[in-house]
Amino acid sequence: MLYAVLCYDREDVVGAWTPEEDAAVMERLFTVQEKLAADGRIGPVARLLPTTAATTIRKGKEALVLDGPFAETKEQLLGFYLIECENLEAAVETAKDLARASGSAGSYELRPVDFFKDWGALPDATA
Amino acid sequence: MNDQAWIEAALTAARPRAVAALMRYFRDLDLAEEAFQDACLKALQSWPSKGPPRDPASWLIFVGRNAGVDGLRRRSRQTELPDEDRLSDLDDVETPAAERLDAADYRDDVLRLLFTCCHPDLPATQQVALALRIVSGVPTARIARAFLVSEAAMEQRITRAKARIAQAGLPFETPSAVDRIERLGPVAAMIYLVFNEGYTAPPQQGERAGFAEEAIRLGRLLLRLFPGEPEIMGLVALMLLQHARGPARFDAQGAVILLEHQDRSLWDRKLIQEGLALLDKALRHVRPGPYQAQAAIAALHARARSFDETDWNGIERLYASLEVMEPSPVVTLNRAVAVMKTRGPEAALEMIGPLADKLDGYFYLHGLTGALLKQLGRHDEARTAFDRAIALANTPAEAAHIRDQIDSLAAGQQAAPAT
Repeated sequence: MLYAVLCYDREDVVGAWTPEEDAAVMERLFTVQEKLAADGRIGPVARLLPTTAATTIRKGKEALVLDGPFAETKEQLLGFYLIECENLEAAVETAKDLARASGSAGSYELRPVDFFKDWGALPDATA
Repeated sequence: MNDQAWIEAALTAARPRAVAALMRYFRDLDLAEEAFQDACLKALQSWPSKGPPRDPASWLIFVGRNAGVDGLRRRSRQTELPDEDRLSDLDDVETPAAERLDAADYRDDVLRLLFTCCHPDLPATQQVALALRIVSGVPTARIARAFLVSEAAMEQRITRAKARIAQAGLPFETPSAVDRIERLGPVAAMIYLVFNEGYTAPPQQGERAGFAEEAIRLGRLLLRLFPGEPEIMGLVALMLLQHARGPARFDAQGAVILLEHQDRSLWDRKLIQEGLALLDKALRHVRPGPYQAQAAIAALHARARSFDETDWNGIERLYASLEVMEPSPVVTLNRAVAVMKTRGPEAALEMIGPLADKLDGYFYLHGLTGALLKQLGRHDEARTAFDRAIALANTPAEAAHIRDQIDSLAAGQQAAPAT
């Protein structure tokens, strides 16, 4: 089963990390990703810019463009992974590996993926 | 990341909202700060074993409120009966913390706290010191080092600023929509002041360099509370785009490297992308303002792959619109730099001619005048302008830069006499 691992955390707390702390977290997460890649179990990984950079489009007869994220919540969607896991238990284990590597609070939401197609058209990019 | 680092980040992030809510509750800045300190101590005791709360700010507000009320009761027993008016909504002490945690609730509190720090009676440096101390929680000793005064002197300055604010009376009524918008202006200006304290400092002055990041955090906080204000988007975009150049702006000795000579590969792409994204959002509103215009100028520099590829026509147009929005001789001076690129030194010289009186004591005017005259081959006049610039230089690096100009003037004169 393919899972989306949606990363939620308080972005004000994450934003208060020092650049060194932030880099260290990314480095540890990268180690976990490398292991998954070696097993051929990881797809696209994305870290999102802060929700202040977000725009929301409300669907409707006339689509409405709003500033900010979709929902005002305590924790924000900060990024996501796509991982291949045999079952939920394996997905939970992988998410726990990521959690240990990140060492921050927040949560991961595991969402089984319904449809996935990797066009492979995008090069790797940092912001 | 270990517990300690996470807790520190959580306390830092929660501070503005928590202190702001406690200030509304106690109607007193000092009491609010004390209560927050108490709550932080309790957090340091309890979070490592019990795990962090889901909403650190509301935990701190709840615990801080109880600690503050206890403290007031203890004190009043020693002096007089508690004055009920000192506390607002005393009856909701027992309200579960979870009930009062919406971002909308925090909005007025945080805006009030920020607005308090930029009281018009306070000089700019005091506004900056107060915001760093109260809103960001920067230790007084660090602020003192940044401003090159003793800790005692800074402590006294902050105390005096607080007394002045208390005297003026804090605006505790719920602001109207118009009040909110009116308060945003001075708050944005104060945040930009904090940013500039950090931006102008070379990395060797580590104390101040961190202030730019504090200002960006405050800007993002404000933007989360007011997500639809294009000028706040512009302010944050401007700070991000300027700060992105940080790693390229000073050499190892702390001397300024001009935009022209910066190694653009050192610019922080991540900050630039975020700045450009925010500016994009702001421009969709078609409600231009000075921060958006300045951010747009910074964006044109950020987008240019080299100094020579800079869109000087675009920059000149933006400075021209900034001149209309916020007329100032300094803006005109900056516009003249763009004019020099687009229409040549003569046109630029003509543009800054009328500024001579207003900016006579301004280093950059004489520096630019000298550079323009030099380009026109008027070397004797250029030297006079450069001499004047050196006399007005704010830092040894600025003086050194002008001295280089004079040297090249002398060398150029020998090699190729002006025609």
